[in-house]
Amino acid sequence: MEREARERLRWKCRRGLLELDLVLQRYLERNPQDAELSELLDLADNDLWDIVSGRNERYDGRLSGIVARLRAS
Amino acid sequence: MSAALPVRRFDAIVVGAGGSGLRAALELARASLKVAVLSKVFPTRSHTVAAQGGIAAPLANSTEDNWHWHMYDTVKGSDYLGDQDAIEYMCRRANEVVVELEHMGMPFDRLENGKIYQRPFGGHTQGYGSAKMAMRACAAADRTGHAMLHTLYQQNVRANTQFFVEWMALDLIRDPQDGAVVGVTALEMETGEVHILQGKAVLFATGGAGRIFAASTNAFINTGDGLGIAARAGIPLQDMEFWQFHPTGVHGAGVLITEGVRGEGGYLLNKDGERFMERYAPNAKDLASRDVVSRAMTTEIKEGRGCGPEADHVLLKLDHLGPEVINLRLPGIREIAIKFANADPIREPIPVVPTVHYQMGGIPANYMGQVVVPEGASHEAIVPGFYAAGECSCVSVHGANRLGTNSLLDLLVFGKSSGEQMAKDIRAMPRPHRNLPKDAGELSRARLARLDGASAGERVAEVGADLRRVMQAHCGVFRFPDDLAKGVEKVKEIAARAQRSFIADKSKVFNTARVEALELDNLVETALATVVSADARLESRGAQARADFPERDDRDWLKHTLWYKEDNRLAYKPVHLKPLTVEAFEPKVRTY
Repeated sequence: MEREARERLRWKCRRGLLELDLVLQRYLERNPQDAELSELLDLADNDLWDIVSGRNERYDGRLSGIVARLRAS
Repeated sequence: MSAALPVRRFDAIVVGAGGSGLRAALELARASLKVAVLSKVFPTRSHTVAAQGGIAAPLANSTEDNWHWHMYDTVKGSDYLGDQDAIEYMCRRANEVVVELEHMGMPFDRLENGKIYQRPFGGHTQGYGSAKMAMRACAAADRTGHAMLHTLYQQNVRANTQFFVEWMALDLIRDPQDGAVVGVTALEMETGEVHILQGKAVLFATGGAGRIFAASTNAFINTGDGLGIAARAGIPLQDMEFWQFHPTGVHGAGVLITEGVRGEGGYLLNKDGERFMERYAPNAKDLASRDVVSRAMTTEIKEGRGCGPEADHVLLKLDHLGPEVINLRLPGIREIAIKFANADPIREPIPVVPTVHYQMGGIPANYMGQVVVPEGASHEAIVPGFYAAGECSCVSVHGANRLGTNSLLDLLVFGKSSGEQMAKDIRAMPRPHRNLPKDAGELSRARLARLDGASAGERVAEVGADLRRVMQAHCGVFRFPDDLAKGVEKVKEIAARAQRSFIADKSKVFNTARVEALELDNLVETALATVVSADARLESRGAQARADFPERDDRDWLKHTLWYKEDNRLAYKPVHLKPLTVEAFEPKVRTY
């Protein structure tokens, strides 16, 4: 992944909720180039946190891979 | 001098797209003015999204209530440092702004009869502090801030507000003739270019700066950009010693563990395994008020009874409650502890520390949002063209301590009143914009040139981490004289290091390292204002708790602090004890 795309992804991980900042920062440090992350980041903060924290299991099945990786990180 | 910076002209410029910025922008756009809103992140990712509790308004839908009771609670909650004219103004406009939001489509929880459901919240009472709680908090489940932000954003899109997303404001542009604010410089992250945004009125709605502390519930974006910019432009910062803490944030992360954990029977332990709250509050123990618990935790840590290799936290034990209670009555807590503390509370305790979450001080403003500074004989001369609202401002309705649910109300009332005042002032101005001063943008350009030219220096992440550690250790929830004095010196040293900050990546396009270096400058200004103001205030009031001056001192300290960046100078100004139409609430001992 080129520098610019990596930087954009990094900034998209700056959120309104601290919980997401922390999880996403930790994930990015280990996986700075996961392009699948970007689509997930279009979700609203609270919706995303509900998915990452396991409160919500009803989400787009195409995202199951990245959701599982985020939950495990 | 290199080529001039590109200039864009608007009637009004709003910096920040959280609750207050969006509410102000809406007022301006609906008045058919040309409005630009700048935000570092997409508007609905502003930190307002994290507010859960609700919006205070005396609608009296469930219990008897009125604005005067609400005003009393707010004045008392502020420990009498709040300006009573501004507090009256806020409480009298509360119902209006909440009903307006309802009509915009905000999905409030409802009663059977269709009216907005309201719940009780700490510090909100009936009958001037009686034992009966007022039901005053209007909420949308536990997502009030989220719903409010989305509602206001959609209304702004409809009203044709122009958004500049992933733009970071850098510095104010002031007319040297009279100090009027005539615009801001801003970095467009996409291109790395600096622009001048020229306006007849500029509102700062940039939020708090909770990231100056190691233990903070604030999102990473809360770096006090508006505060740093104002300070560099010669505007003082008011009452910055007052920060609200929550006793139980996860150590090393900041995520909150709700009070409900202690309500269900969880308790705190020091490194000796002692349930230390029994010593500090023999009756209430771990359920004593937030400030009492936070001070006790700090004392344990300071006296060497903290836990972990650094002896810098205490433990919250709840495994004795059993998995059923933890899973059923405390949903989400187990996940948070596992994710952020690496501790499963069913088996082991959670490491916790007092954690900052709200900044009461900020840019001095009146209840119309106009920024006011001492000038000549006046304590509060208006800075033409400059306005502030929300957590970055100090109006001051929260004084030394904010009541829960008054923060979202603050955003709505003062967002709206700022927008109204800006529209009025813009209409009264001549049609053409003022000429920009000759050196417009030079400060920002010089800051960036230094950063881009530095081939070595201090690493931004390291300086930031040191700043947060020093602030936590020297200027936390319970303050000791030696710590404060040393803290002032240490933060000054860190400020000097920040001036030598260095980034390895010099690319122009979308350079997040450059943004973080610029954020560090703002964090440093905010931290200096905080520690210098706290060191000078020789009393305990609201969120300022000093070991050497445990009492409130109305004779000498019933006044607002003003910190100036230049020489770290302090000045003081009187509290507005006179409300707009009613009699003043005289300072009394604050007990609950």
